Amino acid sequence: MTQQSRNPLAARDPGRRRVVGGLFGLGAAALAAPVLTACGEGAGADPKTVTFGSNGADATPKSAYAALTKAFGKDSGLTVKTNTVDHDTFQKSISTYLQGTPDDVFTWFAGYRMQYFAKKKLCTPLDDVWDKIGAGFSDATKQLSRGEDGKYYFVPLYNYPWAVFYRKSLFKERGYQVPQKWSEFVALAKRMKRDGLSPIASGYGGGDSWSILGAFDYLNLRTNGYDFHMSLMRGKVSWTDPRAVATLDHWRELTPYYQQGAGGRSWQDAAQSLLDKKSGMAVIGLFLGQQITDEAIRADIDFFPFPEIDSAHGQDAVEAPTDGFMLSRRPKNADGAKKFLEFLGGAHAEELYMGVDPSNLAVNEQANTGSYNALQKKSAELIASAKHISQFADRDSDPGFISTVVLPGLTQWLGHPDDGSGMLKKIESQRSRFFTA
Amino acid sequence: MSSTPVAPAAPVTPDVPPRPRTRRPTRPRRLGPGDRLFLTVAIGIPLAALLFFVWLPALASLGLSFTTWDGIDLADIHWIGLDNYQQIFTNYPPFWPAVRHNVIWLLFTALLPTPFGIFLAYQLDRKIRFTRIYQTAIFLPMVLSLAVVGFIWEIIYNPDTGLLNGLLSAAGSSHHIDWLGNADLNLWAVLVASGWRHTGYIMILYLAGLKGFDPALKEAAALDGANGRQTFLRVVFPAMKPVNIIILVVTVMESLRAFDIVYVLGGGVGSKPGMELLSLLITDNIIGESSHIGYGSALAVVLLLVSLAAIGTFLVQTFRKEDQ
Repeated sequence: MTQQSRNPLAARDPGRRRVVGGLFGLGAAALAAPVLTACGEGAGADPKTVTFGSNGADATPKSAYAALTKAFGKDSGLTVKTNTVDHDTFQKSISTYLQGTPDDVFTWFAGYRMQYFAKKKLCTPLDDVWDKIGAGFSDATKQLSRGEDGKYYFVPLYNYPWAVFYRKSLFKERGYQVPQKWSEFVALAKRMKRDGLSPIASGYGGGDSWSILGAFDYLNLRTNGYDFHMSLMRGKVSWTDPRAVATLDHWRELTPYYQQGAGGRSWQDAAQSLLDKKSGMAVIGLFLGQQITDEAIRADIDFFPFPEIDSAHGQDAVEAPTDGFMLSRRPKNADGAKKFLEFLGGAHAEELYMGVDPSNLAVNEQANTGSYNALQKKSAELIASAKHISQFADRDSDPGFISTVVLPGLTQWLGHPDDGSGMLKKIESQRSRFFTA
Repeated sequence: MSSTPVAPAAPVTPDVPPRPRTRRPTRPRRLGPGDRLFLTVAIGIPLAALLFFVWLPALASLGLSFTTWDGIDLADIHWIGLDNYQQIFTNYPPFWPAVRHNVIWLLFTALLPTPFGIFLAYQLDRKIRFTRIYQTAIFLPMVLSLAVVGFIWEIIYNPDTGLLNGLLSAAGSSHHIDWLGNADLNLWAVLVASGWRHTGYIMILYLAGLKGFDPALKEAAALDGANGRQTFLRVVFPAMKPVNIIILVVTVMESLRAFDIVYVLGGGVGSKPGMELLSLLITDNIIGESSHIGYGSALAVVLLLVSLAAIGTFLVQTFRKEDQ
């Protein structure tokens, strides 16, 4: 990502550089992250305190994290000082946050997004923590927690699959069959439309345009397989490749069956239309469960894996983003923070978390899954049976590329899904700006 | 107090040129040390703040616009000359739409909400009944925080439960209009929301001007047999020149710096298809997990030049006329 070859500015004068850097840093920190930089200080080097930066600002994750920190405090005698910041703000200001005075431990995501900060040396390797917690995790999870240099940088907590969700009672009433193959899926959508339903619930308005990426990832995984998808995400193949065009061609087949007015609707409203039986299906993550308030409806929700498009790939890939924790580059209380991370990577922490927030799955294989509801059980099977696990487009790729180039391109195209290759050409023209060989 | 030969705080360096020393005693001092301290503080601190918070960032942006930088390690700043600009002008799909939208924004604001605000002010100044209530109602959006304005219009524009689509379907239309999602429509939807706010602002500015207007001029116009339209266009409007200038500057500035309401109505995630603006493209590139500070700075410089051109032309025009 850096351009080491062009380096005429590599300064010989660290003193001046530092001053200028300080000024930039100060300006950037003051402008970009007043919320984040204001916290984290004050605790100083208190050996009894670990600071924890959390993006879990919604009610459910917030109380789940609170349960974790409380339990850890009781076990270890250390105090965890939690600094909770709104999810979007946290992500947007993450790089200024990590360069300022970040909390010792902070919430983050597995995949390329974690590796980016590891490469930039904004976090601390966790190999010693993994020596203790490693036994609980599968090889796939270990792979997800390592940086490009092979060291561990990430402690996973939970993941959740994406799939096609529907209401069992609606399928029963109308005699719909769960589709396995692409042609059956399109035929079912067509039939739902005839029946007066919106076949596929859709809401990517406002800040929710990320939600279309789930469909894009699955279409590409099913059309071209995991390896091509990952090469595309990491900027290694051209976006004008005929295989990418084929992905969009499949998507275009589906667009007439999308819920109307999707560009102005939130994902929550789209999910609600599924719960209200106005929409037939929804391509979404298990977090759909957070939208359910009536337990009777929860029991009526089911999902099926995204249908097969090419038999060469079948349904072998599952999109299951993993969330967890990292350690900042210069933690004030490194020993305490590592103890906290060991606790977070353990089975007990998973059980505590899932006890409060049942719309996610424990990643640690030693965690007791006895209290899982039916959806969680099925999700766990789906992930366990997968040959490949992808994260999510904005986690498998450069998030800046996804949010400023791919998302505007795809959302605009979804509005008028005609010229797929023209749109891909626009995306391709920007690729080199984000991925340099 | 009388003059002091050398300022006490001045450092005595051996190679100071002799000119200041010889000149200094010839200029009589009218200010005492207390006054001078006060002036130093009163001018020095704002000046330092101006240099540090306005000029330093502006020049730093200009400098950074010729580089690529991810915003993390200073060693990663690489000089690339005009590459960013070349990229932006020739190969950045949202750039020209953003320029076009900025121009549309300027024209729309100058041609609709601004004249409408002036019209309302003129009507409300005629001491009609309930004028206070009207004034308050029209000015109200300006008092609200932009986040609230955004929420209000989100409720109006919501495709499923929104007021507007509700009214349309009540009127028998089966059309389901996606006000904020449709790339051909959303800019206009946002412009209406922004105009709603802008009208009140212009109205109150103009009303303040009208309050200080000499009624004798209007009476004289009436005696000369001028009708309402003639009175306004030939007497009131020209006489309100200072206010008109303020309104024009405000309109141009508000249009060029348009950002917040688009950001709020776009869900707070930067540019959306159909609603690209230069200011949004800048934040798109600078804020986020992988920032492109150089690229964003180049966009910021483009916006700065556009603003300077607009404001500069206007000021030159105004002052030239003033001089004549």
